[in-house]
Formats: sequence, structure tokens, C-alpha cells
Amino acid sequence: MSRHSLIILCALGWIACGGGDSARRAVIQNKGSDTLVNVAQAWAEAYKKVNPNVAVAVSGGGSGTGISALLNGTVDIANSSRRLSDEELRLAEQKGFTPVEFIVGYDALAVYVHKNNPLDSITLGQLAEIYGEDGSITRWSQLGVTVPGCDSDEIVLVSRQNNSGTYFYFREAVLGEGRDYKLGTRDMHGSKDVVDVVSRTPCAIGYSGLAYATSEVKMLCLAQSEGRPCTVPSEETAADGSYPISRPLFMYTRGEPKGTVKEYLDWILSDEGQCIIQKKGYAAARPVRCD
Amino acid sequence: MAEIPEACPENTIDRRDSAWVIDKAVQVLVFVGGVSAVIFIFGIFVFITLEGLDFLQNRFNAKEFFFSIEWRPTSERQPTYGALALIAGTASVTGLAMVVSVPFSLGAAIFIGEFARGKTREILKILVELLAAIPSVAWGFIGLSIMNPLIIKLFDVPLGLNVLNAGVILGLMAAPIMTTIAEDALKAVPDSYREAAEALGATHWQVVRRVVLPAAKHGLVAAVLLGVGRGFGETMAVLMASGHSINIPTSPFDSVRALTATIAAELGETTYGSEHYGALFTLGIFLFLVTFAINLAADVLVRRRGPTKL
Repeated sequence: MSRHSLIILCALGWIACGGGDSARRAVIQNKGSDTLVNVAQAWAEAYKKVNPNVAVAVSGGGSGTGISALLNGTVDIANSSRRLSDEELRLAEQKGFTPVEFIVGYDALAVYVHKNNPLDSITLGQLAEIYGEDGSITRWSQLGVTVPGCDSDEIVLVSRQNNSGTYFYFREAVLGEGRDYKLGTRDMHGSKDVVDVVSRTPCAIGYSGLAYATSEVKMLCLAQSEGRPCTVPSEETAADGSYPISRPLFMYTRGEPKGTVKEYLDWILSDEGQCIIQKKGYAAARPVRCD
Repeated sequence: MAEIPEACPENTIDRRDSAWVIDKAVQVLVFVGGVSAVIFIFGIFVFITLEGLDFLQNRFNAKEFFFSIEWRPTSERQPTYGALALIAGTASVTGLAMVVSVPFSLGAAIFIGEFARGKTREILKILVELLAAIPSVAWGFIGLSIMNPLIIKLFDVPLGLNVLNAGVILGLMAAPIMTTIAEDALKAVPDSYREAAEALGATHWQVVRRVVLPAAKHGLVAAVLLGVGRGFGETMAVLMASGHSINIPTSPFDSVRALTATIAAELGETTYGSEHYGALFTLGIFLFLVTFAINLAADVLVRRRGPTKL
């Protein structure tokens, strides 16, 4: 939608100014990951002030959509919450270019429980037993806690619909290669819904982006394994890699970027651009100081 | 006898003036409107069948589809497409919805049609129709934010997003259409029947129970069937209130996942033309056939509903 309105705006602008200066306005096409779409729009919005001669048209549709658009040459920058696959790299080579990767920020997946849940930390192994197929942990008492308001002791698993990038990432990072989720998870259709349900359900556990935390839920401190110190998810621990389940967010271009596209990417990676992604609740690609 | 006047001259005059043109244009327009329903229904069926065809031919396994609960379309090991849990989810939610709404809507229809008079009746009819106008996402929101904590508190269960929640919500959603159709069926019973019964000394309730209800039987069944069809096809509210969990329910407090909700939740991010995409359209074909059968059955009954012999 936003791309269409931009095209219309451009067209109107061109007519209004009699095709003068604004005809030279460059348009950068930017598409992909739904995780990144809000940030990408905020960047495009802010960039209007930085360089009024460049319009950035942003649309979502998922990482896969953005990458295929990049391969087909219909976008200048693809947003993705995963790395390109070997197959996609091969396809790009066939089309005669090498995709160039930029890490524009990090997204940490926090593990949420109800605010009354006494549990403070959990290990990746325990999470895998809770969420993974044939996993052995189904009750809170197995984790050594009694949850007030959860008399049944049953762990209510809150997950995501089976084609979201978050679902894929959590499966790969926590359950491990090839392991499926348990059947019977409550599959929510959005990052916010997960936090919402967990906040209303004392027995629940769920995973969702760090950016969606509220005062009604508690984020668990996550340890690599039993006996190792745990790490609280935050923008800092996501950016420095100490938090075990944080994923980089990418932008890809067709070959080394030039001209306006390069300027735009440079600006995104500048302090100003990085503060915008931080303000949206993700971690910046490097430590920055923002007001 | 006086000379017969010449035949009306209008018949021979060319009357293709603007009124004639408008008349013809409206005829064409109305005809297009009339057949468009047929074209659309046929077009939709062809479309979903074509989209699901590839999957149906190459991957579809009836045994897996109907008898396995393993719906894992994005598994890295081995995608499986068992729809049994989804079918059970839809059936359980719709079933409970009917348990909730049939007594209410038939009661409402009998009250509006047979007992209420004057203003009460008109106001009730308007209110029932108003109930039908509430968007389903609003119902879903009620399920999520009001029913969920209420069920947890009342029944002491871990999560209130379950068959009970979705069933009650769906029952409330299906009630208006059932009430309206059932009331129409009662209205179709001729007054002479009632008068005859009253003349024999029957009380008001006796008239309703012994005469009106049996006579309107077919219409009432049709009303219930249309309610079932509504329940089967409802998506948004069920998606939000059912818990969306792959599970064969053993109690009303289990979370389930409906066929429609699965399509709604997964289609958006599925690659066009992939196996998963085809599998979702196959669910669509199945849903289409079931709702089509239910509605057809209701329709046949409505056509036969004229006063039944007592």
C-alpha cells in the first residue's frame, strides 16, 4: 500500500511542479521481512528530512518475498530476518550479481512468562524439552516452581503460526536441527498476541520479540546450559551476542551499492539511523548513544 | 353495433424512446445481477480447485488427511498434512455453538413469532438483526479479553481460549440468522391453523406446540442447518477465541484449531504455489464442499417447508 501511495504522490508531485526538479527525485525500492517492516518504514520516513530528493518505498510480505524480488531485480534493497540460502545465492550468481549483506540491527527473542510466575531463569536445554516434540517437561513443578494461579501445574505453550520467521528462528535456535515443535501449542498470529495471552494466563510460557515486552509479563534470564550464568535479554546483550537467541536483521543489495542506495544504507548504519531501530525496540547493530 | 375502433395504434408505432431503452437496460442489469451469483460461486469453486489441484494430484493422501492429527506443513524433516485435528476442532466448536444457540434462537423465534405483540415484537426483531451486524473480529475480541479471564476464573482452568469460549461466541453469532429464518418459518404457517386449534379450545402454548411447531418443522431444521453452515465458515472469531492449537478435544476446556482459522493464519506467508499453499487450498475445497452440502440441504428443506400435513 505504502508503495502505491508513494507512486501516486510522486506522480502528483511531478504534475504539480510541471515536471521540474521533482522529476529527478530518485526512488529506492525496499521490500521484505515483516519483522523489519516497521523499522524500515520509520527509516524511510525520517530519511525524507535528510535527503528530500530521495523517496524510499517500503513494503513487507516476508523475508522470502523480499529476497525473490531482489533476485528478480524489482527492488534495490531486500529486508530479511534470515541469511540468504545457498540456493538463493546460486540463483543470484546465475543472474549475474553477488548479493551484499548489511546487518542493520538485532532482534532478541525473549522468553515470557506470567508476571506472577516465580521462575527467573531457564536453560536452552529446558526450553527444548518444553517446546520440542516428545519433550519431557510438561509441568511447572519439573522446573522446581509452583506458579500462583496455575493450579493444574500444566505448562501452557504459546507459540507462533507455522510460517512466521520467529517460529522458524526459535525452532532452529532452541529445538535444534530437524526437531519439530510439540503438537498442541497455542499458535498465535502475531508477536503482540503471544505477549497478550501470556499476560492473561498464569500457566503460560511464550516467546516473542524483545520489543513487545510489557509490565504484565516477565522475561526469563536465559542460560546456554545448566550451571552456566544466564543472560537477561536486552538491546545490549542482543547486540554483543551474549544473549543466546538473538538474530541479526539484514538488508541485501544487488552487488556493492552505489549512489543513492549507498547513501541511504550509510545513513541507516549511522548513529541517527541506528537510534531509530533502537527506539523501535530492536537492538542496534553496534553500541550507539541515543537521547 | 357501432364500428369497432381501430386496433390501438401504439402497437404499430415504434416505441423505442428513452423509457424503452431504460427498461431494456434495467432488464439486462437485473439479469446480470441474477446470474452473477451463479458465476461467482462457480468461479470461486474453479479457483480454489485449481489452486489445490497440484497438491491433490501429487501429494494428497486421503488416509493422512482424514486420519492423522499431524499438521506440520513447515517441518524440516518431513512435512505432514493431517487435518483430523482441524476437522475435529471445527466440528467441536460448531457442535457446542449449536448446543448454545439452538434453544436460544428457537425460543426467541417462538416468542417473537407467536407471543410478542406490537412494539415488543418490532423492537425485538430490530435487536436480533442488530446482533447479526456485529463484526466477527469484535466477537473474537470479546472472546479474547472478556471470556478468557472469565472462563479461567469460573472453571479454574489454565487457559480460557478453548472450545467453550469459541463455541459460546459462535453460538451468539449464529443465533440471529437462526432466529430470523425460524421466525419466517413460523410466519409461513397459515393463521387458519391457529384459529382452528384455538376454536377447539387449545391454549396458546398447546397451539404452538401441537400445531405451529410441527407445521413449521422443515423451516426450523433449515434454520438450524444454516446456523451450522455459519459456524463452519466463521473464521476470525474462532481464530481468536479457540486457542488455535492442534489437538483432539476431550473436554470443552481444550484448545482447538479450526479449518478456517488455519487457512487464515497460514496462507498470508506461504510461498505461492508451494506444497503448503496447495494443502491450504485443499482445506478450502473441503470446507467449500461441506458448507455447500449443508446449505443445499437447508435450501431443499426450506422449499419443502410449506405447511406439513399434521
